Amino acid sequence: MSKSIEVAKEAIKKNCNPIEISDDFNQLQISISTNQILDVVDFIKNDEACEFRQITDIAGVDFPDRQKRFEVIYHFLSFKHNSRLRIKIIIGEDESIPSITSIFPAANWFEREAFDMYGIQFKDHPDLRRILTDYGFEGYPLRKDFPLSGNVEIRYDEIDKKIIHEPVNLQQDFRSFDIQSPWERTNYLKEEKKNNE
Amino acid sequence: MAINTDIQETSPELERLKELYADKGFVVTSINNLINWARTGSLHWMTFGLACCAVEMMHVGTPRYDVERFGAAPRASPRHADVLIVAGTLTNKMASALRKAYDQMPEPRYVISMGSCANGGGYYHYSYSVVRGCDRIIPVDVYVPGCPPTAEGLLYGLLQLQKKIRREGNIKR
Repeated sequence: MSKSIEVAKEAIKKNCNPIEISDDFNQLQISISTNQILDVVDFIKNDEACEFRQITDIAGVDFPDRQKRFEVIYHFLSFKHNSRLRIKIIIGEDESIPSITSIFPAANWFEREAFDMYGIQFKDHPDLRRILTDYGFEGYPLRKDFPLSGNVEIRYDEIDKKIIHEPVNLQQDFRSFDIQSPWERTNYLKEEKKNNE
Repeated sequence: MAINTDIQETSPELERLKELYADKGFVVTSINNLINWARTGSLHWMTFGLACCAVEMMHVGTPRYDVERFGAAPRASPRHADVLIVAGTLTNKMASALRKAYDQMPEPRYVISMGSCANGGGYYHYSYSVVRGCDRIIPVDVYVPGCPPTAEGLLYGLLQLQKKIRREGNIKR
């Protein structure tokens, strides 16, 4: 492990009070609680040992089985130390998370995307509206309980002379032909593997 | 006007045309033929590139495939265009824009649907955000299959469109 990561890790440990911290694959990853976010992000941006000056992405994850179903993951990059950092926060469906746009203006659209895809609410965001989906779209498409083909489909109506929305009516149900996926394997291979173990 | 007699090998029709023109100074044809000749010979296409198919569409315009030898040139505005090439995945959000572009095109107008996505949703057929075929939004004349179709494929589609226009033969569309 490089020295700069070690130094950054110690600084974060000392000042941020993270729930969990790891440095697997030479990348720092910390878990913190919702109310810590602004302080931690401000610290990792400005502290000399960290200087994570660029936000690369904000990702969301949905775990429908958990009591608090969403995870928000912030990805940061430090040019100065050539290292990366992830911050993980677990939040529930009815909770909100402070927006970090006051510290990283670039987070604006990332937060909008997370809101669009998962319905995660960002408190004090300057303009929290949908960014990718269609105007007037309903639902949050990356949630696990969102149907694959959505709820509405569109076509142009020759009588009304406009595009209209209708309930989805598929000519053929979705079929998965992915029998040789290197990730899932076919069932007989799974059994074979189990027998061998 | 002198007629170039240096050309050795010409088709019999052209030979006949030459004689008629040299004899009378004009050529007679039916207005239908003339209009169809004009229509098929200047299929200016509106570039509606939406995804990777757009790259193949660009290839068609470049000197290797050189669609301009068929009189077709890319137009940036739908108001100058005769044919709309839908090249790529048409999403729900883009659908109204496509319809607006189509509505602005002057008659007679034609549409080529290029690639699996534009033809029927293709890879994204079951997606929540993709139109399952651009023919749900605008009427399509020629479907070019492929993912993406080769530049030759699109060129062939354009020739098929010319054929279709010639075969239809009527002025009103």
